[in-house]
Amino acid sequence: MSPASVFVCLSLTLLSDYPVIRVKPDHSGVVTDGVKHSMNPFCEIAVEEAVKLKEKKFIKEVVAVSCGPTQVTETIRTALAMGCDRGIHVEVSGKDYEAMGPLQIAKIFAALAKKEEASLVILGKQAIDDDCNQTGQMTAALLDWPQGTFASEVTIDGEKVKVVREIDGGLETIKISMPAVLTADLRLNTPRYATLPNIMKAKKKKIANMKPADLGVDMVSRVEVLRVDEPPTRLAGVKVETVDDLVAKLKANGTI
Amino acid sequence: MASPLIRCFSKVGRQVSRPWSVCQHGLRNRSTQPDMSAEQAAALGVSYPPLQTYSEEEGMMRDAVNKFAQERLAPFVSKMDENSLMDPEVINSLFEQGLMGIEIDPEYGGTGSTFFSSILVIEELAKVDASVAVLCDIQNTLINTLFTKLGTAAQKERYLSRLSTDMVGSFCLSEAESGSDAFSLKTRADKHGDYYVINGSKMWISNAEQAGVFLVMANVDPSAGHRGISCFIVDRDTEGLQIGKKENKLGLRASSTCPLNLDNIKVPEKNVLGQIGHGYKYAIGMLNEGRIGIAAQMLGLAQGCFDQAVPYTRQRVQFGKRIFDFQAIQHHIYRVFCNVFQAMQHQIAHVATQIEAARLLTYNAARLKEAGRPFIKEACMAKYFTSEVATLTTSKCIEWMGGVGFTKDYPVEKYYRDCKIGTIYEGTTNIQLSTMAKFIDKEYDH
Repeated sequence: MSPASVFVCLSLTLLSDYPVIRVKPDHSGVVTDGVKHSMNPFCEIAVEEAVKLKEKKFIKEVVAVSCGPTQVTETIRTALAMGCDRGIHVEVSGKDYEAMGPLQIAKIFAALAKKEEASLVILGKQAIDDDCNQTGQMTAALLDWPQGTFASEVTIDGEKVKVVREIDGGLETIKISMPAVLTADLRLNTPRYATLPNIMKAKKKKIANMKPADLGVDMVSRVEVLRVDEPPTRLAGVKVETVDDLVAKLKANGTI
Repeated sequence: MASPLIRCFSKVGRQVSRPWSVCQHGLRNRSTQPDMSAEQAAALGVSYPPLQTYSEEEGMMRDAVNKFAQERLAPFVSKMDENSLMDPEVINSLFEQGLMGIEIDPEYGGTGSTFFSSILVIEELAKVDASVAVLCDIQNTLINTLFTKLGTAAQKERYLSRLSTDMVGSFCLSEAESGSDAFSLKTRADKHGDYYVINGSKMWISNAEQAGVFLVMANVDPSAGHRGISCFIVDRDTEGLQIGKKENKLGLRASSTCPLNLDNIKVPEKNVLGQIGHGYKYAIGMLNEGRIGIAAQMLGLAQGCFDQAVPYTRQRVQFGKRIFDFQAIQHHIYRVFCNVFQAMQHQIAHVATQIEAARLLTYNAARLKEAGRPFIKEACMAKYFTSEVATLTTSKCIEWMGGVGFTKDYPVEKYYRDCKIGTIYEGTTNIQLSTMAKFIDKEYDH
């Protein structure tokens, strides 16, 4: 029995180009005005995997979901152009958007997955602007669903999903029952380019709008960002001639 | 499906690293404003938005092609230039991405988009490789347009679906003895019952090596002068059609440019495109549009070259400063050396202004055409101006990069070689200026 629908949850991130990202003068965050945003690369991989599963006829429908301001609809359209069937845009803007963190997003995704009776929720493993790596795991916990994170290979086997995970020690293979949450890692696949005809087709696909309140989610953040600083500028290294010199230097600066 | 080109992310994914060689610094969309869609502009209550406003569809297309060109095409560019050969994989990927049938109706397998989208696509391709851009430009603005506008249902059925999926087309007008004086062409088409016999030769035919179909302009009645010129659809495998050896060119080397020999070619009557004797009108009409496509190509070329050179000037340090920053230093001792650099910022700003002006001319001409308003003078201006700007930009970029700009290890010298054809093909600069002058003259008639 093939699962009904797969939710791919997308994140809109800053296109990180390090010469461009600057810390705000008041150290409250990073300057986002005028910085180009686009779909998080790991989310692209997630979309690709979902579309691949649909092409292999393992699933019937792929829904692309994202939370954020109006800009986010472009990201959803790109996902539609890559092959998703429809989109859901959960509108979060202004102060709520600035304070939005993995927990709020996870609550939204969990509520949606339950409401739409999704069988699989696929996310990118982390967003490249904040590198939190929490949303997938939190979503699974809120839903009390099994999770296959850091997936580098996904195979659907009847009612179960076989996931090969990239872990520190190498690769771990697990089998989990659906419904489940997966997060995509780098080597899962190579995302396709949205072809022009697909971009045209995407125009006709529907994107539904809703607010967090519609899902009964409160957006209050329990995390307060105290300060954001740039990493210290890297100092030049020092070359030494012998091992004794090295030991002496390390002792001198208190490292050993 | 995406080719095995790996997109590498650094260990913490914080930087999207650049998959091409170190020399190429990223051909990103360098506009300072995040682009605004037409819908967003309307929401702001701006009823006459700036020229750089795109519909959501146009914006998405441009971003998609930008990514595709930088990631999938860039690795092929220098080898194709050196070997003077377009890699078949490049052509296949153009078809796969739907870039060869941008305005063709989806019923024939095309993308079903607009002229302006084609212009944006050509511009993005040209930022990476002008040869690939010209292949795409000829297909979209010349071949597809002719078939769409003039084709019978049967011809469209037969050719449009192939042009959008796997077949390249070539447009054959010029001959050894007729370039700017196009309509003095000598290729003859003699009618014999229900077919024509075509004899003659063509020169400077782009895409000839790859084309599956040739649109040949031949004269059915030389005594009628240009009113005998007609357009014939000639399949590649037609007996008597010989494609000569490609030219060894200064630039646009990956684009095949060949002479053609037509030796008693038999073309059935049903392969006449449009009406007999109207060929010259079709050619002029279509070249007016193609002009905007070439403008887009030259624009992309200039921008792409600029995008390569400026990062270098920001990194290169001489006399303790980035060469980009050089302004006149008051210190007397350095005055001699600084005079060399003091205009650097100004030169860069000047070139950027020229590129911006070229862009606005091109986009405006395209929008005028889409709106069904007169656009010929503007199209000539766009083509003339962008080709001049491309020449200026590429020349300056080599200078800014100094010695390394002069070597083949860096991409700027290719842009310099590629830009020269801009002032020559699809109507030389002189022709453009004469056409503009004719329009201007008429404007003052009353």
